[in-house]
Amino acid sequence: MASDASAAEGSSLVFHPMDQFIVKPLFGDGAIAWYTPTNVTLWLALSIVAIIALLVLGTSKRAVVPTRTQSIAELAYGFIYKMLEDICGKEGVKYFPYVMTLFMFIVSANFLGLLPMSFTTTSHFAVTAVLALAVFLTVTVLGFVKNGAAFLGLFWVGSAPLALRPILAIIELISYFVRPVSHSIRLAGNVMAGHAVIKVFAGFAAIGAIAPVSIAAITAMYGLEILVAFIQAYVFTILTCVYLKDALHPSH
Amino acid sequence: MEGDLAHIGAGLAAIGSGAAAIGVGNVAGNFLAGALRNPSAAASQTATLFIGIAFAEALGIFSFLVALLLMFAV
Amino acid sequence: MATETKDFVSSCIDAGGSAVGMPQLCGEWMGNQIFWLVVTLVVIFLILSRVALPRIGAILAERQGTITNDIAAAEDLKAKAVEAEELYNKALADARAEAQRIAAEARAEIQVGLDEAIAKADAEIAAKTAESEKAIADIRAGALDSIKVVATDTAGEIVTALGGAADEAGVAKAVQARVKG
Repeated sequence: MASDASAAEGSSLVFHPMDQFIVKPLFGDGAIAWYTPTNVTLWLALSIVAIIALLVLGTSKRAVVPTRTQSIAELAYGFIYKMLEDICGKEGVKYFPYVMTLFMFIVSANFLGLLPMSFTTTSHFAVTAVLALAVFLTVTVLGFVKNGAAFLGLFWVGSAPLALRPILAIIELISYFVRPVSHSIRLAGNVMAGHAVIKVFAGFAAIGAIAPVSIAAITAMYGLEILVAFIQAYVFTILTCVYLKDALHPSH
Repeated sequence: MEGDLAHIGAGLAAIGSGAAAIGVGNVAGNFLAGALRNPSAAASQTATLFIGIAFAEALGIFSFLVALLLMFAV
Repeated sequence: MATETKDFVSSCIDAGGSAVGMPQLCGEWMGNQIFWLVVTLVVIFLILSRVALPRIGAILAERQGTITNDIAAAEDLKAKAVEAEELYNKALADARAEAQRIAAEARAEIQVGLDEAIAKADAEIAAKTAESEKAIADIRAGALDSIKVVATDTAGEIVTALGGAADEAGVAKAVQARVKG
């Protein structure tokens, strides 16, 4: 796993923790245009395959007494459905396919990224920023379509003293526009950090004496990363639900 | 020389990760304390727990990001 | 990972194939990632909303329906069992009442027959008694007459034997007076 490209430079400790995030064309090595099939394409396609395998092929038998795969699919369905219903109420249920798409994509991409030698699509800000901006735009448009100008009441905290309200409005406005930034950077940052740290530990393994410590550390980090992979998908989804609730019921 | 300063800055920014760890620990610890007092209400508040942890952790991730930018992008 | 020195046409990769800075911040690649991501999300959305989610929802609804039906069927069966028990108890009570009624009827019938027989027997006994009494009276009357005759005859004979002349009318008169007294 350690990068050996620069071993010729003479230093025994060489870290290239970011090399795993390089986008490469799948065929040949030309320039990367927007339509070029790259390793991003490959791993995005694999996440589609994983989702199809779980949610479509796994449930193809429509068994009343579920098989293992089918019960995982049902578990995921019930988990997101309940989350959405708990937070947004009954009106939120019609956005279920949208939220489920985000959750299934993030969770499958995160777990596929944990395979050795894989490419983690959710570690790129371009990817998570698109996801977060999609949520941000959906929520904003939906809020104005559903509530009209009353959606602006989200920034006007009625329960605060009158003198404080303009200041609070500015703070609320800023925090509203920071949402997509934190929403996307949280996911990409967590995933990237874990992967980079694993790479750094792997670099230390080049020194014979501390190799066992390094391998133990990689194992521990890997366990943490499995946790993070799920929790970040969960957090992304739950925040999407919370933002959706703001659009559906803007009054606090 | 500038590169060295950037590395020092990155190291300083990494302190933020530790601060975020304190924050996350606070959230989780207080949740646990509350949950032990009133276990029946704990299950309904796990979503809030995760949202709180996510917000606390996001700030640590920001400092990590600053460190990375200083290391690789400056 | 790239061991060969490839001539990457990119400003984000150095000659050794390593990343220059953060690959996440390389603007050249973002268009590609965003394009394929949007394609992926659209595909996943279509698969989920057209195929997967309705199917899973249907499975869950069907299971819920099956469970509800089973519970309903079980309750139905239980109600039927209770009903059957009630019917059984009712039939038992009816049979018992019927039996008591039949017993009472039989008793009444027997009573009637018995009363009749007793009355008949009483009447017969009364008739027999009357007959007997009549017979006794007859016998008694007969006996009185016989005694009168015998007494008259005996008295006449005695009077003759004693040497007197038997006055039949006087004797009869005397016997009559004696028998009466």
